[in-house]
Amino acid sequence: MSDPAPSSPALMACQECDLLQRIPPLPVGGRACCARCGFGLAARPTDPLELPLALTLTAAIVFIVANAAPLMGLSAVGRQASTTIIGGAYQMWLEGEPITAAIVTFCAVIAPACYILLMLTVLLAARQPPLPHWVGELLRWGLHMQPWAMYDVMLLGILVALIKIAELAQVDPGIGMYAMALLAALLPAIAVSFDAREVWKRVAWADDGPSVIAPGDPGGAESGR
Amino acid sequence: MTVGALTAAQAGLVSCETCKLLSRPVHLDEPGHCPRCGAALELRRVHSIQYTWALVIAAAICYIPANMLPVMVSKTFATSDAETIIGGVVFLYTSGSWPLALIVLVASVMVPLGKLIALGYLLISVQRGMLGGCRERTRLYRMVEFIGRWSMLDVFVDTFTVALVQLQPLMSVVPGPGVLFFAAVVVLTMLAAETFDSRLIWDAGSKMESQDG
Repeated sequence: MSDPAPSSPALMACQECDLLQRIPPLPVGGRACCARCGFGLAARPTDPLELPLALTLTAAIVFIVANAAPLMGLSAVGRQASTTIIGGAYQMWLEGEPITAAIVTFCAVIAPACYILLMLTVLLAARQPPLPHWVGELLRWGLHMQPWAMYDVMLLGILVALIKIAELAQVDPGIGMYAMALLAALLPAIAVSFDAREVWKRVAWADDGPSVIAPGDPGGAESGR
Repeated sequence: MTVGALTAAQAGLVSCETCKLLSRPVHLDEPGHCPRCGAALELRRVHSIQYTWALVIAAAICYIPANMLPVMVSKTFATSDAETIIGGVVFLYTSGSWPLALIVLVASVMVPLGKLIALGYLLISVQRGMLGGCRERTRLYRMVEFIGRWSMLDVFVDTFTVALVQLQPLMSVVPGPGVLFFAAVVVLTMLAAETFDSRLIWDAGSKMESQDG
């Protein structure tokens, strides 16, 4: 452990505590955790590229439904009202809360849309290695978007809103709501079934920048330049 | 802690935060860019402590109006009812759905407060070079990171209540000024958790070790 040999295929540093360690070849479905802090260093999902691609395609279709179909409808004293996700944010905007509206739009529409779109591009591109460098850039942005796509939180929020309103009026969940529940399950499923290492292995290297040889990289370090 | 364990920093290596590639930069102080993915390399996140403190303090300031000001105002013919976050919890409890009341109480009141206290504690412990409890503190950090987004719950509750209950002039709900502050608390604490570098928790121990050895 004290001498990181350049030939070692899977030397890596823990993202959370910086401890250097070698990752043994993992069995399918296996996980490697940091010896010191327990952080999940690496995992080997059954099918790291095909399964997430299928899930992402599904999510893209469901996303369109979730945004187009009404989320829920309300009827009280002979009057009807219904709302979509965007409609909710727009109403917030109209009522004089533009910043809150922007935050809701970001978490409910923009971040998930970017995440799904970027992952779709990355996964489709990953079918034909070597990947151009921009695929890595897209993956980086996609991974940044992930925690901000909050369908699970939003689903619970809508449930609470429904129960609050149910006191006042008759509320019916719409198709958009079921689509959203599906997305709340699909997005974590994409994250779990996907292995970013598989993509990074296939990405063409950026440059011969100021950094010198990478002792931890599989083969590509020396042959890459 | 593993005896003789070596961190990447001690070995003169930098791990890319994006693609996890280890590189050996010429100067550790100016590591440059990752040769594989092109992201800027950092030994530790730059000014992590300062940025995180700034975000935590800003969030703590917003936390007060978020809880004092109403988050929604329900209007009927004659009445106008302002409701704070705690008011919403009480309403859910009295209307018989105590499990939801508990969820909202935890997500909207306790989680943001807990996050602020936890991040403050982590920052102080790092600044004072605390040695013990690294594992526990890392676990605390992980919890803050994981649970953060769930505070957004109340913002969504308000948004969709406002969007749906628009039956003018019979009954309508408008957002109160508290929503903005509340959303700000959630976003600021999420960003604070992102800027905090958990490797700093372990650095104090590594430094001690290298001095001893």
